[in-house]
Amino acid sequence: MEPNGGQPLLSLRNVTMQFGGLTALDDFSLELAPGELLGLIGPNGAGKTTVFNVITGQFAPTRGRILFQGRDITGWRPDRVTAAGIARTFQNIRLFGGLSVLENVLVAYHVRLRSGVLGAIFRSRLYRREEEQMRREGMALLERVGLAEVAREEAHGLPYGQQRRLEIARALATHPRLLLLDEPAAGMNPEETRQLMGFIQHIRREFQLTILLIEHDMQLVMGICERIRVLDYGQSIAEGTPEQIQRNPRVIQAYLGQAEADEEGQGARHDVAG
Amino acid sequence: MKSIYKTGLTLAGLALLFLLIGWANGHLNEYYSRVLNTAAIYIVAAVSYNLINGVAGQFSLGPNGFMAIGAYVTTLLILPVSQKQAVWFLQPLVWPLRAYSLPLWLFPVALLAGGAAAALGAFLIGIPALRLRGDYLAIATFGFGEIIFVLANNIIPLTNGPLGIKGIPNLPYLLWVTWGCAVLTVLAVTSLVNSSFGRALKAIREDEVAAEAMGVALFRHKMLALVVSGFFGGIAGGLLAFLVSTISPSAFTFFMTFTLLIIIVLGGLGSTTGAVVTAVIYTVLQELLRVVESPLDLGPVHIPGISGMRMVVISALLIAVMLFYRRGLFGGREFSWDWLWQKWTKRKGTSWNQTAASRS
Repeated sequence: MEPNGGQPLLSLRNVTMQFGGLTALDDFSLELAPGELLGLIGPNGAGKTTVFNVITGQFAPTRGRILFQGRDITGWRPDRVTAAGIARTFQNIRLFGGLSVLENVLVAYHVRLRSGVLGAIFRSRLYRREEEQMRREGMALLERVGLAEVAREEAHGLPYGQQRRLEIARALATHPRLLLLDEPAAGMNPEETRQLMGFIQHIRREFQLTILLIEHDMQLVMGICERIRVLDYGQSIAEGTPEQIQRNPRVIQAYLGQAEADEEGQGARHDVAG
Repeated sequence: MKSIYKTGLTLAGLALLFLLIGWANGHLNEYYSRVLNTAAIYIVAAVSYNLINGVAGQFSLGPNGFMAIGAYVTTLLILPVSQKQAVWFLQPLVWPLRAYSLPLWLFPVALLAGGAAAALGAFLIGIPALRLRGDYLAIATFGFGEIIFVLANNIIPLTNGPLGIKGIPNLPYLLWVTWGCAVLTVLAVTSLVNSSFGRALKAIREDEVAAEAMGVALFRHKMLALVVSGFFGGIAGGLLAFLVSTISPSAFTFFMTFTLLIIIVLGGLGSTTGAVVTAVIYTVLQELLRVVESPLDLGPVHIPGISGMRMVVISALLIAVMLFYRRGLFGGREFSWDWLWQKWTKRKGTSWNQTAASRS
């Protein structure tokens, strides 16, 4: 399973994603080395979430290829991508609200169940062992992320910070090698954001993850990412260390110089979701 | 509570139910037996319908189609050859069925075949329909029910058309069969819902996109729910054929689906307990409310009997329940021994409920 030598864990090669006449992602390439933590930033509508959606199979890209651990996963269904080792969280939290915190995590183990339906209905020996194993593993995971004491509560009743945390825990339960976090700090106050930074670094070490992170909170991005990629209008405009990015004139223009750009008559801007 | 106690209590409950049925079998007249049988059949149909609609959250409107398939297949297999010749007098029945029938004691085979045929129907309609979501899925499955209805009306060599099929033999001990099927359906569906597969189905109901991102294969799991639901729906249809001894397409119109929908919504979508309880309540109400359809003399005022008045009352009740219990009587919750234990200990004012809550 271990990728040999310098092979990237994930690589996107010239990926283009068009929705009708709208190009959300234009000839986008990206390589992630195992163990890396890369930040993906850009103004609203730059196409960041679209990057996640094509990686996880929500959309099949119009052009280009996506390779994970050397395997071509372009156009795979989301559940197969997850089974291959890529997990994600969502910008707007998408928990299974009516299920308990533990059940939310258990759903993620379902993909590795070896028992069939009949085995599950008749509670075969194999199924009972697997179910018990899942519950043990699930509780252990909740313990590690600090959600064990709310394991039996319904997910939609949790406070916001814990919901975010549960979403990440649920993603971890799929045993990913690559974790995609979509604006994990959205709606958090500075204190919660600081806690989240610690949490991300903690799980990265403990679960030996490679992380791709979308974030608007510059404190968080600059604080924990070694490398940052900047997107604007679906195109890569810069890549580098946090210091390099902060000084890059094109990045500053993308974030601050929209008024000047409009005056130059570049025409209407189409906002792409996320 | 220890799970061995819970198993014991469940077995005790089943034993009690069987004692009751044993008693009912000998002591109740035909009318009351019929009500009990109907209740059991509604339980089978509603619990299986709740699996696809309530648990998996896929809005299907096709259970009348599944029940029709089950009823016709069971009937065609079990109807004696002489009766077949009498029923299909305009056009003969198609060949192998014309000449052969199962003996009555093989009725479980006929019922299972009915269930299997309905499951096959569910599989075939599922291939195109389960790619749709929400309202679109509802329309597609509604279309399926209508197609079955039209086919039953028009393939006369197989279904005898609108005239229907008469003279389905009576099953001795029908109460045992219907309630046995009800118990087996509830046990099987509950077991499925409480398994890892059930969690996957609920996850699909709560958020399809997230479920898929967590590795749940959407199509396969929706299909699983639809096929299992179709199977038990077919069994319910077969049982209905034995109970009423005559079937015709008009028994399986959209009204049947509508009735089942009322039952599972009243009970609380997703709650098997709710489906069972309201199936019984609905059946009993249907009988109790016969009063409102009979002519009434209030001194000088004479009110003639109005047929269909029962549905008016039931609809009014439906509105009332929806106003006060928005998520149905059980609101997606289930009966469990733990819950009962907690209620019991709470009433006695002890602190046992904490220990009860900490056990699964």
